[in-house]
Amino acid sequence: MTLVAEPTLAPTITPPPAPDGAPQPASVEPKTKQMVIVNWSGELDRIWPTLILSSAAAASGVQCKVFVTFWGLLPFVKDGVRITGDGWMQKMLSVMQRPGIDHLKLSKMNFMGMGPWMMGTLRKQYQIASPRELLEACQALGVEFIPCQMSMDMFGLKREDLIDGMADPAGAATAIEIMTEANASLFI
Amino acid sequence: MELIAIDKRLDARGLACPMPIVKTAQMMKTMASGETLEVISTDAGSIKDFAAWSRTTGNPLLESSSDAAVYRFVLRKA
Repeated sequence: MTLVAEPTLAPTITPPPAPDGAPQPASVEPKTKQMVIVNWSGELDRIWPTLILSSAAAASGVQCKVFVTFWGLLPFVKDGVRITGDGWMQKMLSVMQRPGIDHLKLSKMNFMGMGPWMMGTLRKQYQIASPRELLEACQALGVEFIPCQMSMDMFGLKREDLIDGMADPAGAATAIEIMTEANASLFI
Repeated sequence: MELIAIDKRLDARGLACPMPIVKTAQMMKTMASGETLEVISTDAGSIKDFAAWSRTTGNPLLESSSDAAVYRFVLRKA
C-alpha cells in the first residue's frame, strides 16, 4: 500500500507576509477589552492591587471600570474632608476610620499605624508608587470610578465629599451589567 | 550602535511596577503611528511585562535586551 500525498491538507489561503520583516503584532481585537474591579475594601493592602491593576489595564488599552463600594469608598473621600455623615453614628465611623487616600490601614499587622508606616518606608526605599500616585495615574489614563449609591447613603457620604472626576453613583444592577460585559472582573 | 531609529526616549530607571508601563502608555499617546520609543528600565519584571503589553496593545516590541540589571525596550506605535 502506497501513501498518497494529501494535497487537500495544504493551506488554501496563504497568510499575507509580515510587513518589512517587523514582528507581527497580536491579532487586533475589533472590540476594546474591558476589565471591572469591585473595590470593596478601604485597606492599603487591597487598594494598592486595585490601583496597580486598574492603572496597568488602562495603560494596556483595556477599558477599566472600578465599582467603589462599602469601605472602599473611604479612600475616595477628598483630602480636606475629615468628618463625614450626618448622624452621630456616621460621624463616629469616619472618626474611627479616617477617610482619604493617604490614611489607609493594613488588613493585618496594622499595629496602630506601625504596619502602614513600615510599608510606606519600604515603598519609598524601593521606589514603588504610592496609592495617591497610582490613583492620579488611573484618572489620567481614564479609569472610571463608580461610587455605590447605597453605601454612600449608609455612610452619609455626599457626592461633594468624594474626589473630583468620579462617575455618577450607581447601584448593584450597574455593577452586574458592567461585570457581565467585561472580559475580566475582580472583587478586591 | 543603534539599528533602529529612535524617535522618543523614556527613562523609567528606578520605577517599580506598574509605573514603567503606565509612563510608556502615556508617552505613546503623544506619539504618531509608526514612531519608535526606547524605554530603559531597572524593574526585572519589565522583561515579561513589556512583551505582554505589546501583545495586549498591538504595538510591536522591536527589541528587548538587558545589560546587567538594566533593560532596554524598543516599541513601535501601531
